[in-house]
Amino acid sequence: MTQGNSQRLGIVVAGSLNKGVDIRLDGAVSIEDVVVGRYVTIQGQKRRFFGMITDVSLGVSDPKLAQTPPDVTDAFIAEVLAGTSTYGTVHVLPMLTIGSDAASLVEGPQPVKSIPGHYAPVSVASAQDIERVFGKEDPRRFWIGNPLEMETRLCLDLAEFVKRSNGIFGKSGTGKTFFTRILLIGMLQKSKAANLIFDMHNEYGWAGTWEEGKSVKGLKQLFPSKVAVFTLDEENSRQRGVSTDFVVRIGYDEIEPEDVALLRQTLNLTEPAIEAVYQIRRRLGADWLHILADIGEEAASELVAELNIHESTFQNLQRGLATIRRLPFVVPHAPTNAVKGILEHLDRNVNVVLEFGRYRDIAAYVLVANMLSRRIYARYQERTERAMASGAALPAPLVITIEEAHKFLNPEIAGRTIFGTIAREMRKYNVTLLVIDQRPSGIDEEVMSQLGTKVTYLLDNERDIDSVLAGVSGRSELKSVLARLAPRRQALVFGHAVPMPVAFQPREYGSAESYKEFVTSERAIQDLEKLWE
Amino acid sequence: MEERLGEVIEATTGEFVAQCYELYRLPPLGSLVKTRDEAVELYGIVYQAATSSLEPGRRPIARGEDETSEEAIYQSNPQLLKLLKSEFNALIVGHRLGDKIYQHLPPRPAHIHSFVYACSDDEIRSFSQSFAFLILLLNTHRPVPPEEITGAALREMGRVQEDRHAFLVAAGKELAVLLSDNFSQLKVILGRLKA
Repeated sequence: MTQGNSQRLGIVVAGSLNKGVDIRLDGAVSIEDVVVGRYVTIQGQKRRFFGMITDVSLGVSDPKLAQTPPDVTDAFIAEVLAGTSTYGTVHVLPMLTIGSDAASLVEGPQPVKSIPGHYAPVSVASAQDIERVFGKEDPRRFWIGNPLEMETRLCLDLAEFVKRSNGIFGKSGTGKTFFTRILLIGMLQKSKAANLIFDMHNEYGWAGTWEEGKSVKGLKQLFPSKVAVFTLDEENSRQRGVSTDFVVRIGYDEIEPEDVALLRQTLNLTEPAIEAVYQIRRRLGADWLHILADIGEEAASELVAELNIHESTFQNLQRGLATIRRLPFVVPHAPTNAVKGILEHLDRNVNVVLEFGRYRDIAAYVLVANMLSRRIYARYQERTERAMASGAALPAPLVITIEEAHKFLNPEIAGRTIFGTIAREMRKYNVTLLVIDQRPSGIDEEVMSQLGTKVTYLLDNERDIDSVLAGVSGRSELKSVLARLAPRRQALVFGHAVPMPVAFQPREYGSAESYKEFVTSERAIQDLEKLWE
Repeated sequence: MEERLGEVIEATTGEFVAQCYELYRLPPLGSLVKTRDEAVELYGIVYQAATSSLEPGRRPIARGEDETSEEAIYQSNPQLLKLLKSEFNALIVGHRLGDKIYQHLPPRPAHIHSFVYACSDDEIRSFSQSFAFLILLLNTHRPVPPEEITGAALREMGRVQEDRHAFLVAAGKELAVLLSDNFSQLKVILGRLKA
């Protein structure tokens, strides 16, 4: 099916607001051309409805047609029956309406509260329709891709997007990383937000790899003045030819009992061991990890006796702490203050990508991400409160990107990590999360429910699908759209920043052409801004 | 010139019976004929025809034993042409008032002795622009089954169409809607349209 201006599909024959409406296809429309996820418009008497095709089915007017099929090799019979006795129906979930009077045109699309009447004509949504709903590319809106099987540019209002925490989900290898890069570029260009990216697999800052083995450019290569690469593994970064801005070291005194608590499962610590950490921290002060590292046997038994910690618990704890101390970037005294360095860059609206180099094990990632975020968040909180008290401008929004999010946000520890707090407290302090994960079911329900906009690639685990779609209206319909996405480069976006869910194909990232487009649009905006100055 | 076939000898709201002026000059089954009731022109579809003795009590008898051909029977018995009659029944499927054709029953039946004409190709084409008459054919309870009448009528109309195939497909679709709950009947009629 080509993208006609308003190609007619059929008419509304049944439906309900909750379950969506059934459209009987015209005889001339081939059912094979009608695909799930496609947008349609329904022209009601007073308003236009926008909806998404969520199911396609076949119907017959008389059960006998199915029981004793006619001779369809006869072209005449086949032609007569098509669209009359045998017909296709599609199920459409109406999502938005636009009234026809001037006032409602100004208001823009509204959520549906009713459905179109019987026999309202249905057509494929045109490029103009899509534009009316999602808006054009402008200083706030960023082109993220095209709705499935359409050429129209689908735009996302990024200024709105960064106001809440968001999630990108999908099986491994579906294109999450690519889309995250696109979104990061968008935020860098179109929102005032600064980004802090915990880049576990070294994919965002400098050249990343594709599954086919080709390499793609990182953010720093495209926008050198707007992106700083921090690294935990200087040697690895140097080997990969990355120009880094800052080498992050973490001092013993920067590690808090909360950080250890997060790593309980990873470090194989027992519950009493975690309680012991808090006790020890209270007893020994900020330098506790350092002291424990060099503690002699005698002093140890004194401490254990004093705090009433069981000997085996203490051994268990010491083993876990040794693992932390063995991380090469954890040093007794950090020569530089990473938090300060990151904040300085963020304040200048420079986005920070923290590379983990070779330290890709989850313990390092959880420890560093949590520790840095906690302190940065605290600073933002302090600033915001001060700004609110004095009526000064609030700090620029900060978006923290984390991968393998279920390690931070699983129900067991979501309450304890800073990320759980950020996700729940949302934008109060102008800090939000961009959560990337392949197992959304592993993330705490409460956190999932707080995510504003969700982008999801193909998921095939039932629990993952349920957890992503929890609380969305038209869930079961979206589920069928989601389950039928292509294994790569097709995604569904829904939530706060989009007026209605849409299945789309993310724009290209990785070819010379695509880089040029990203960078020129950046220039164009700068030029525009200059005009206003 | 309009081809005059005969005149009405019996008329009801739903049909009329006409006797042919000439023995055996019957319009084909399913053909569109017309007659008149003052200003109203009545259209009918021929659904049945019969040739029989003029007097109901006198049946014809076999006469050709010594003749060489069938024509020879009539040649040697010229009175036969006056003792036999050909009649046909037409189901009324619409009427015309001024320029407008209505495909439903006329207000009054035809007058006895109204002339009956065969419709010209142009008339057939303008009548067959709508298929509302099909329901009148499908709902008949006559000695000839409705599938036969409908099939014959559409074949006759198809004969004069510019695009016969498109016409039959459109008619078929209309039938499919009317017979949406009776696929067996639809199948029979569609089978008769192809011929």
